[in-house]
Amino acid sequence: MKIYDKKLAYPYFVWMVLFTVVPLFIVVYYAFTDAAGNFTMDNLLSVSGYGSVFARSLLLALIATVICLVIAFPVGYFLSRLRVNKQHIMLMLVMLPMWMNFLLRTYAWMGLLSVNGPVNTVLGFLGLGPYTMLNTSGAVVLGMVYNYVPYMILPLYTSMTKIDQSLVEAAQDLGASTTKTLLRVLIPMSVPGISTGITMVFVPAVSTFVISRMLGGGSNLLIGDLIEMQFLGNSYNLNVGSAMSLVLMIIVLLCMSFTSSFDEDEMEGVS
Amino acid sequence: MKTKHLRLMQRAYIILFFGFMYLPIAYMIVFSFNQSKGYSLFTGFTLKWYSSLLHNSSILNALWVSIEVALLSAVIATVLGTAASLGIASMRRRSRLLVTNITYIPVVNPEIITGISLMLLFVAYQRFTGGISWLPDTIMGFPTLLIAHIAFNVPYVIFNVTPKLKQLDIKLYEAALDLGCDPRQAFFKVILPEISPAILSAFLICLTYSIDDFMISYFNCGTVETLPIAIYSMTRKKVSPEIYALSTIMFVVILAIILVSNAMESRNYRRDQRALREEGV
Repeated sequence: MKIYDKKLAYPYFVWMVLFTVVPLFIVVYYAFTDAAGNFTMDNLLSVSGYGSVFARSLLLALIATVICLVIAFPVGYFLSRLRVNKQHIMLMLVMLPMWMNFLLRTYAWMGLLSVNGPVNTVLGFLGLGPYTMLNTSGAVVLGMVYNYVPYMILPLYTSMTKIDQSLVEAAQDLGASTTKTLLRVLIPMSVPGISTGITMVFVPAVSTFVISRMLGGGSNLLIGDLIEMQFLGNSYNLNVGSAMSLVLMIIVLLCMSFTSSFDEDEMEGVS
Repeated sequence: MKTKHLRLMQRAYIILFFGFMYLPIAYMIVFSFNQSKGYSLFTGFTLKWYSSLLHNSSILNALWVSIEVALLSAVIATVLGTAASLGIASMRRRSRLLVTNITYIPVVNPEIITGISLMLLFVAYQRFTGGISWLPDTIMGFPTLLIAHIAFNVPYVIFNVTPKLKQLDIKLYEAALDLGCDPRQAFFKVILPEISPAILSAFLICLTYSIDDFMISYFNCGTVETLPIAIYSMTRKKVSPEIYALSTIMFVVILAIILVSNAMESRNYRRDQRALREEGV
């Protein structure tokens, strides 16, 4: 069909090239040059010196993603089995905290987890603690799970609403145990939601610097912290920062090709 | 018996989950009224943090900048994106695929990458324009902030409007032409009203993303502060219950918006149902 003019898209093409394509090429250019503009591999080689930070980022993001999946799966299932008008209310309740700025939510956890904060006070009544919870890698994982678990619930819920309840009942009528129903019916049928959810949690988790800075103290540096320090922080070095960003981009691309389809259909529930 | 147990467990799990989600929010609301600056003991009710917040000029300025950037970027992104969707719809399949894939980049890339890549572009611009007198030497600040916000908003407009264009019945447009509209009239009288809900929702999405964005603004704001950036610099200092007061206000505002829009929706729904019933009779 050709009722509109192609020319209408031209301003956007210019925009897209200028502000999406060119910036990425500049990142690549900076990653492979030194301050004087000569070609070098040193930036990329120096990234290997931060192997432990990269490993920690990947590990913490992976743990957070798995925990999100475990928490979100039952929630998504229960939501999808409710009556439709109740589903809407519950979905609203899931989304509502997300509408608050995530800095504020993360900041609240700083207070909650502090040594003389409410969590330790409650534990104190039970005769436990006080524990040092703030500035640990556990706190960073908690922050990631708390901030990103809705991104796991929404796609899971969307794909689970498409599972017919009679399939679950049929499996049980035919003698499948709860575990077996889960493994043979529910999980296979929610794979699209699971893979979208994994990308939507893992990508922001692996690249964050706010959560690690607020909840991890100085001792739990992540890739995001490294990059931020190269661009706006103490160790100002755009070239090394670009090399790190390039590595991060490759990690994210690998992760996404692993979970494959970024299904447009599953994005619906999110935006 | 067994199902009863299961149902109880389900309910307990959901309550536990929502407890986890709302614990920080409840905590902030309670401690925004706390007399002392402590985190754990509630020493007495006060509204002083609210009044000091309302006299905090950096927060108020930041709020104003946020609103300005959000409105401007949402309007520009909506116009740019809608025009782009119309143009893309009339392109050949191969080039359409290419454009769609590039449009996806800012959506799937980690935000920090989008942020730093734009920052590098602006740094490069500054280097490049060093010798050219008629171009402004420094654009870091409001202009770069605005560009960055438009850049991450446009894709959401395109991905909202394009599906609606696909659903559009081309016969309506042809009928308008047959009945004597010129293409321009046909567009404004037939196509635009059809896709306007998608355009409106895209606009609202842009507004919310823009107001909420921290990561991309952080790298491209120069010395200008948006609300999230002001919040970030506040959190770098010692704990201040002013932040809790701010969170409480935001939570109440958001809750009010959601409740009102829900009420309106359900009223419209009931009205439609009634109209349908009456028609049936």
